[in-house]
Amino acid sequence: MNRDLRFTALKKTPFHSRTSLASRTNKYYNWNGFTVPTEYSTTELEYTAARNGTSVMDLTPMCKYMINGSDANRFVDYLVTRDLSQMEDNTVAYIIWCNEDGKVMDDGTIFKFSDTKFMLCCAVKIYNWLHDSAEGFDVSCEDATDTTAALAIQGPTSCSTLKNYGADDLELLKPFGMKQYNINGYDVLISRTGFTGDLGYELWTNPANAENMWDSIMEAGKELKIRPFGMHALEMTRIEAGFIQTNTDFMAAEDSLRPVRMRSPYEIGMGWLVHLNKESYFVGKRALKKEKETGNSERCLVGLDIDGDKPAVGSVIYNEKKEDIGIVTAAMWSPTMKRNVALASLKRPYGIKIKENIFAEIYHPEELEYKKIWAKCKVVKRQFFSPERRNKVPADLYE
Amino acid sequence: MAKNTHDVIVIGAGHNGLTAASYMAKAGLDVVVLEKNEWIGGAAVSRELYPGWKYSNCSYVCSLLRPEIMRDLELYKYGLQIIPYEGSATMMRNGDYYAHYHDHDMTINSIRRHSHKDAEAYERYSRDVLRQCKIIKPLLKMTPPDLTSFKPKDLFGALEFAKHFAAKDELGGLGEKEIYDTIRFYTMSIRDYLDEYFESDITKAHLAGSAIIGTALGPCSPGSAYVLLHHYMGEVDGSVGAWGYSRGGMGSITKAMTGCLNAHGGEVKPDNEVVNVITKNGRAIGVATKKGDEYYAKKIVSNLDVKRTFLKITEESSLPGEFVERVKNFKIRGSSGKLNIALDGLPEFPCIPEGDPGGGGDMHFTETIEEMEGAYDDWKRGEWSRNPYVDMCIPSKSDPTMAAPGKHYMSVFIQYVPFNLANGGWNEERKQEFGRHIVDCIAEFSPNFKDLINHYEVRTPLELDNEVGLTEGNIFQGELTMDQLMFNRPVPGYAQYRTPLKNMYMCSSSTHPGGGVMGAPGANAAREVLIDMNIPQTGNYY
Repeated sequence: MNRDLRFTALKKTPFHSRTSLASRTNKYYNWNGFTVPTEYSTTELEYTAARNGTSVMDLTPMCKYMINGSDANRFVDYLVTRDLSQMEDNTVAYIIWCNEDGKVMDDGTIFKFSDTKFMLCCAVKIYNWLHDSAEGFDVSCEDATDTTAALAIQGPTSCSTLKNYGADDLELLKPFGMKQYNINGYDVLISRTGFTGDLGYELWTNPANAENMWDSIMEAGKELKIRPFGMHALEMTRIEAGFIQTNTDFMAAEDSLRPVRMRSPYEIGMGWLVHLNKESYFVGKRALKKEKETGNSERCLVGLDIDGDKPAVGSVIYNEKKEDIGIVTAAMWSPTMKRNVALASLKRPYGIKIKENIFAEIYHPEELEYKKIWAKCKVVKRQFFSPERRNKVPADLYE
Repeated sequence: MAKNTHDVIVIGAGHNGLTAASYMAKAGLDVVVLEKNEWIGGAAVSRELYPGWKYSNCSYVCSLLRPEIMRDLELYKYGLQIIPYEGSATMMRNGDYYAHYHDHDMTINSIRRHSHKDAEAYERYSRDVLRQCKIIKPLLKMTPPDLTSFKPKDLFGALEFAKHFAAKDELGGLGEKEIYDTIRFYTMSIRDYLDEYFESDITKAHLAGSAIIGTALGPCSPGSAYVLLHHYMGEVDGSVGAWGYSRGGMGSITKAMTGCLNAHGGEVKPDNEVVNVITKNGRAIGVATKKGDEYYAKKIVSNLDVKRTFLKITEESSLPGEFVERVKNFKIRGSSGKLNIALDGLPEFPCIPEGDPGGGGDMHFTETIEEMEGAYDDWKRGEWSRNPYVDMCIPSKSDPTMAAPGKHYMSVFIQYVPFNLANGGWNEERKQEFGRHIVDCIAEFSPNFKDLINHYEVRTPLELDNEVGLTEGNIFQGELTMDQLMFNRPVPGYAQYRTPLKNMYMCSSSTHPGGGVMGAPGANAAREVLIDMNIPQTGNYY
């Protein structure tokens, strides 16, 4: 039967032939219009691979944009809140960007090849926003989502796995560094970045190389506890690492139906990425400067350490007087730390000045009844887990 | 002769000694741990006896270690990471195999290959065992009440204990039937228990393994069902009964505990064997070491088993006669041996299909309960089992830190092996003969196994006694039978971690809730010391 290909419900990534073969459970979800596995075998074991061996995740659905042109450097510096004027070639930076009201649109990573060439990766589509913002700059912005295949290779043995794959001297690459390789006849860009808060890399290549790259890496990691890794396991590692996720921990400004849901960087713990002393103007600078000066940020996004072992998924947070002071945006029992942790959006001064005597109301399902738990919480650093190996140079090798 | 003064001396740097020490150091006390060996860890150690291979020399898998302890002592900060098992399998002489998996439904499908009825019975069995685990879990953290005492603490304690058996909130109402079930479970043999659920020999044999590991009971001995429960009450992140490897071997657990202890100002002194507890007017005031040093402290906590503590390093004259008699009668019979093997590659087990997660965890080759009982019969005669029950696993299949990529470490736990070997006892020659026998048994199921062996360490109950300090080589520091559990552990009247000597405490697995790398005896003992010193306690455990 021939199907009319003008209609496609969900696209397949260039790794699909491999990811679908690796999937024992046939569980998929829709990520940015692509079909990708939520789980390959057991989330727990996949999660463990990221903390013990090497985990492999198909990252292709991430939005990717190429920004080229003589004004590229000036343009990205204008687009984002962080001062990128001193950014070195072949490095990556974590960034956020705002609208003119100083509300966060998304977070992402920017890859700098040279002053005239950048790649931007993020969760929410911004093709239009890039084009509108580029007015007056000599740049071209091209959507590379479909034309770039990407894999995340994360975990303590990831460096050894990639060295076996052909990435020579990779252990010397610093965190947020990137390096161009030619492996098995294909160009592969490797950056020391990731979403697991552990040692790890991301690989970017032409879709034509996808299957070869997947197969070669699986072979390279055979003795290094390699395992494909689905979205559920990624969610666990990113919470432990304290990374935020757009439209989970905060609403993207352009996606918010209700204006009150929009958040400034200060309200989601991203104030450190706002460089108000940056010489040039950047989108949202005026509003952010005002917010900083008046100190009228209303919310904050914090880490919580919660009593007991029942995850506070979706819990409302209360003060001692049982007044509603916020909500949990992501929660889990951490298998590595044996801690019950959560990210929560709180109304200030809770989370900033008041860090104790706050409570999560947890509804724990128990065989068709809910057990209501009133659990004490402590505000802690959002980055719950950050092992030494994460930033070590040279990176750990297993030989 | 050096004289040292501390708040607390802990004798023995095993996992319970280190747990107790860490909790006390966290509470602000100046704690020193004296360890006889040059290495730290007791029976939770990782030693490199052959270059390039790390062995979990004694205990080899982790499940029972209480998550609250890992949380309170922040063991992840000091490198502890648990890697869950992928599955387990029993190989069969007809070339088939029986497997359990991390995923419940996969297990059901697997059992169904052997018996349709057993596959469904397994659901019922899992529920019933889980229910018993839920009853017992809160008891692990409690100091057993003294049932003969009228102190308010004991009366409330007894009530609290009883509450967990009849609690309506926790288990949705345990009825009369369930209470009977509990009592039956605690006293039955595992064979009788499993017969009530299953029909196929292989299902029963696979499940019965947990009931005999480490114990001097056979699968037909009354009380063996409880041992299964003891092995099931652990968990890996909420999956009750799940087992996992400690990344870097079991030594990573005690290494992490030492890290926590050091961070709170405590210290472990290896190569400092305590030979004598110094007493004065019925109080313990210090210890003397083999090196001739004396250490003095307000409190002394012994991580040695109850026999070593009171029959070896404490003067009998300072203890009540009846107590000494009870300690002498404490059952602590060794029944297990172990091989740690450095392999040049991954051994093939043709019974288990390549890539089947069933081969990722523990593997066995005992097909019937009768075989198991036969293995026990040999032990009763003072011989090692000719057809032993083995619990073997290859941690390096999951853990990249045990051996170089492509190389493997295999841990083989053997049941049964006697402490008092008939016909003249253990010597080097017989120990090697025993080792060769086990290698031969495994080689029956793995054609390339023998060719891959670079080195192996043989451990008999005698080594466990001499080197690790486990009397008679009993891995639980005392049998897990009803007469020696809860308020009877180690001896009636002394189940609250205190001893006849004032200021002296016990924290070993000889105390409630017993053996396994659980840490609960250590944490419970630390609590009692802190109560006696009027020091407030915090944390998730208490």
